[in-house]
Amino acid sequence: MPKLIIDGKEIEVMPGLTIIQACEQAGIEVPRFCYHERLSVAGNCRMCLVEVEKSPKPVASCVMPVSEGMVVKTQTDTIKKARRGVMEFLLINHPLDCPICDQGGECDLQDQAMAYGFDRSRYEENKRAVQDKNFGPLIKTSMNRCIHCTRCIRFSTEIAGVPDIGAVGRGEKMEITTYVEKAVASELSGNLIDICPVGALTSKPYAFAARPWELKKTHSIDVMDAVGSHIRVDTRGAKVLRILPRIHEDINEEWLADKSRFACDGLARQRLDRPYIRKDGRLVPTTWAEALAHTAQAIKKAQPTNMAAIAGDMADVEAMFALKELWVSLGSNNFDCRQNGSLLGAGGRATYLLNTTINNLEKADVCLLIGTNPRWEAPLINARLRKAYVQNGLKVFVIGPKIDLTYPAEYLGESPTILNEITQGTHPLSTLLQQAKKPVLILGENVTSRSDGMEIHQTSMLIAEKFGFIKADWNGFNVLHRAASRVGGLDIGFIPSEQGKSTRQILAAAKSGQLSLLYLLGADELDLQDVNNCFIIYQGHHGDIGAHRADVVLPGAAYTEKDATYVNTEGRIQQTRMATLPPGEAKEDWRIIRALSELVGKTLSFSNRHQLQQMISKKHAVFQQKNIVAVQGWVMGSGRVGNITPAPLKDAVVNYYMTDPISRASETMAACTAAFVQPNQQENKAHG
Amino acid sequence: MLHQQDKVFKNLYGLLDWRLEGARKRGIWDNTKELLSKGRDWIIDEIKKSDLRGRGGAGFSTGMKWSFMPKDLQGKSAYLVVNADESEPGTCKDREILRFDPHLLVEGCLIAAFAIGAQTGYIYVRGEFYHEAQRLQQAIDEAYAAGLIGKNACSSGFDFNLYVHRGAGAYICGEETALLESLEGKKGMPRLKPPFPAAMGLYGAPTTINNVETVAVTPTILRRGAAWWSGLGRPKNTGTKIFSISGHVNKPCNVEEQMGIPLRELIERYAGGVRGGWDNLLAVIPGGSSVPMIPKSICDTVLMDFDSLREVKSGLGTAAVIVMDKSTDLIAAIARLSHFYMHESCGQCTPCREGTGWMWRVMERLTIGNADIREIDMLLDVSRQVEGHTICALGDAAAWPIQGLIRHFRPEIEQRIANHRIKHPAVAVN
Repeated sequence: MPKLIIDGKEIEVMPGLTIIQACEQAGIEVPRFCYHERLSVAGNCRMCLVEVEKSPKPVASCVMPVSEGMVVKTQTDTIKKARRGVMEFLLINHPLDCPICDQGGECDLQDQAMAYGFDRSRYEENKRAVQDKNFGPLIKTSMNRCIHCTRCIRFSTEIAGVPDIGAVGRGEKMEITTYVEKAVASELSGNLIDICPVGALTSKPYAFAARPWELKKTHSIDVMDAVGSHIRVDTRGAKVLRILPRIHEDINEEWLADKSRFACDGLARQRLDRPYIRKDGRLVPTTWAEALAHTAQAIKKAQPTNMAAIAGDMADVEAMFALKELWVSLGSNNFDCRQNGSLLGAGGRATYLLNTTINNLEKADVCLLIGTNPRWEAPLINARLRKAYVQNGLKVFVIGPKIDLTYPAEYLGESPTILNEITQGTHPLSTLLQQAKKPVLILGENVTSRSDGMEIHQTSMLIAEKFGFIKADWNGFNVLHRAASRVGGLDIGFIPSEQGKSTRQILAAAKSGQLSLLYLLGADELDLQDVNNCFIIYQGHHGDIGAHRADVVLPGAAYTEKDATYVNTEGRIQQTRMATLPPGEAKEDWRIIRALSELVGKTLSFSNRHQLQQMISKKHAVFQQKNIVAVQGWVMGSGRVGNITPAPLKDAVVNYYMTDPISRASETMAACTAAFVQPNQQENKAHG
Repeated sequence: MLHQQDKVFKNLYGLLDWRLEGARKRGIWDNTKELLSKGRDWIIDEIKKSDLRGRGGAGFSTGMKWSFMPKDLQGKSAYLVVNADESEPGTCKDREILRFDPHLLVEGCLIAAFAIGAQTGYIYVRGEFYHEAQRLQQAIDEAYAAGLIGKNACSSGFDFNLYVHRGAGAYICGEETALLESLEGKKGMPRLKPPFPAAMGLYGAPTTINNVETVAVTPTILRRGAAWWSGLGRPKNTGTKIFSISGHVNKPCNVEEQMGIPLRELIERYAGGVRGGWDNLLAVIPGGSSVPMIPKSICDTVLMDFDSLREVKSGLGTAAVIVMDKSTDLIAAIARLSHFYMHESCGQCTPCREGTGWMWRVMERLTIGNADIREIDMLLDVSRQVEGHTICALGDAAAWPIQGLIRHFRPEIEQRIANHRIKHPAVAVN
């Protein structure tokens, strides 16, 4: 380990580090613009210059590797002058428009100009004017402000894998552009806004909305997919103005997918802010007392075998637990958290989790994707797979439709019967899997909603067992969920026992007129068209499909409006935090169910969230350990090949930008759909 | 004065046959096999002993550069890249080698590649040198046909392939790492160092990049011995050099002479003297547009080699002597160079991208005198902020001409500003 001296301080660091990293470890601040620890080194801003003894010129500390006995000085007059010079150069063509710039208050250039710059200008020529570019509906450009650090180019080519951004021209005429004025077609494009050190790339939906210092910042968890990204919810008053990622190395690193970031305007639209009752065929506003009484009456009237409850994709663990308790106490076993009709969850926890964990996916060497497109189902997991491809040359194989994953993948076909061939060793992939050191397979949760879904699941497990996916320190069997609620629902057993009805059976009963009461906890992805003679209660936050068909609407809280528990696809138990109050008369979901239980005469035994959470932990031991991924034991399966039908696997997500009530209500997501999804669909049609 | 027999470039003026047959008559390709049979270490050692310094401008020891290449490649490839992207204003020496003595270069490539262990060589020719590239290609074809290069080159058992690549006309692609980028098909932008090309160059493989003239002189050095070469010129500044003399001289020319020849002798003997006589001389840019100019007082005595010119705060560069007599508007001349560097800056790193434009704009105003006296110092300060802070040397090259101008001709600039003030009293700046 090389020892070096930085500003008179001796420090020993790992070999191969650069001076800037060593300085960070020594706690010495080195200003920088182009350097970003997750991107390749560009060394072009020249802000991080330091003096190294025996080097005639100052060196860029982000480039220079440390060596034994190096003497680095970061605070000499030469360096101070060099930094001031670079700062001056960056500012001569940078507009003095901080008062109208959205980056103001969180701008690297502003901050560093204060710390390292000079307080007046010597530049008397005209400033450069650069035409703004069209980066699409999410990113606003103001290219006059660009300092050509090329972070955006490096992010889009390296991390997002979508080389849409580049630089044309040279010298002071160099411009960052998408070459042909096209929108940046990446589901991670919002991160460009974060990595841009100046106000050249800012958020279009958030333009001129607020200043950072006016915002209340709440640390929370994202529920737009099952990744459970760590987010910061920025609010002013009752409004969520923007959502930003927080760093969590094991989940989202420091990135965030576009839907998670930009769908937040949907939180203010189409909201259910008061209870409704259907009278004479129309939903009319009412009071909580009346709505709950009406609901209680209907529940009391119904036979336990003829009533059912389905939880949606954004339901939190507390609400599902409360609803399950209520249903059990009423004597009904008809409840299901798998609104897509999947039967996953009967086995141990390891059968339905992403066991490898997101972070360890980076280490994988062979990956088999079964009926899943991680790019649309979990963009940040896709980014990890891409990282594994870039860093270790991960080989990816896909069973399912052809998709653009941003990294090379080999398509084996669309029929799941290929899995049988692999198990029997007759497929060419079998040998490769045999040789792989850290193989993973990722089964799309949506696959399990097929009629032969559990057979595919079983065969996938068999492959995992047979080809060494399961080792002492490695579990390569993964199920990729899309719904934030799903793992939590399975963990608390929000699935029917043997006498109970599953989603498919519930819907069949409802359509045949046998079901008299259906309780939808935020379930909006169901086909309720032919349902008749059934009293439907919808509890949720958006006036979406479920609410339109409901007889009673009980307004609940969205994920930014409650302290609730969600479990991500790895099985990590995490808490959202209340950033704003639910709108109008809407309430936290578990409170509504608790109130209802009193009216139906089956009062639930908790009266505050603390008691409720304690009850959950007591009944389900996994909830005792929050925020970590516990290693799941593997129980060997039956070893039997499933009876798989050759029907092709289908895309689970057709439109990434609209998959749930919040994103469907979002104007930004509608604009993205128009910009990115519809043109592709039309093109596909045109090409037959 | 250099004797005819000591000249390396015997066909500098294209009066003789450039083809293989003619080249052979001049001793090129003479027993190359024997040179190779003496081994890599002997060649590198001989070049080191000769004190040959790179002819591309920086003057780095060629033997040293070659010795940086890994001895054991462990099955990987290594490359020789010859920089024929000669674009420095005032410089036209490599062009003459390419068109009149291409076999010198081809033979040099074989020897240099052998010395560094590269089995592939690329010659990156400036895009504008269309005919030169064609002629070079013809020479390479001849050499292939004669078995001089290719498989078992010169029956030495060494396989060597040589390719010509034409650039697209960017000055920055003459910077060695930008050249590599361009050769790889990318945008010509200099790379960060470290890693140096000898460790990670073309396609990530060990690479040595040499100037055309450097490579072309090596076979002769090996044939005639390091002692012969180091006997020419001055210590540490040995051998012969092609000087390109242009500007206000009676007979602009290229000439091969010993290093360390007095500038005055060079101009008067070969270029027919300064237009209107020596006393009409104002200043000389001694080494291509990127080195600082020197006024007549220095020109009177200065010797033309790396170290002598460095002592007078200029440089030998590519030895392109640009002579300016008293009719020259020096400020306008340097402003034109500033424009050149602004235009050719790649735009990658901040000081050069922003600084070259700034310096040019101030120079344009200084040309007509529309400036404040204190802006001279400001300009000097800006040029110092660019110098030494950039990824490649283009920033330095943009700064030095301006520094040279201000160092030697500040009174003229001040006078220009004063005159402008008199003519335009109302529009005084600031």
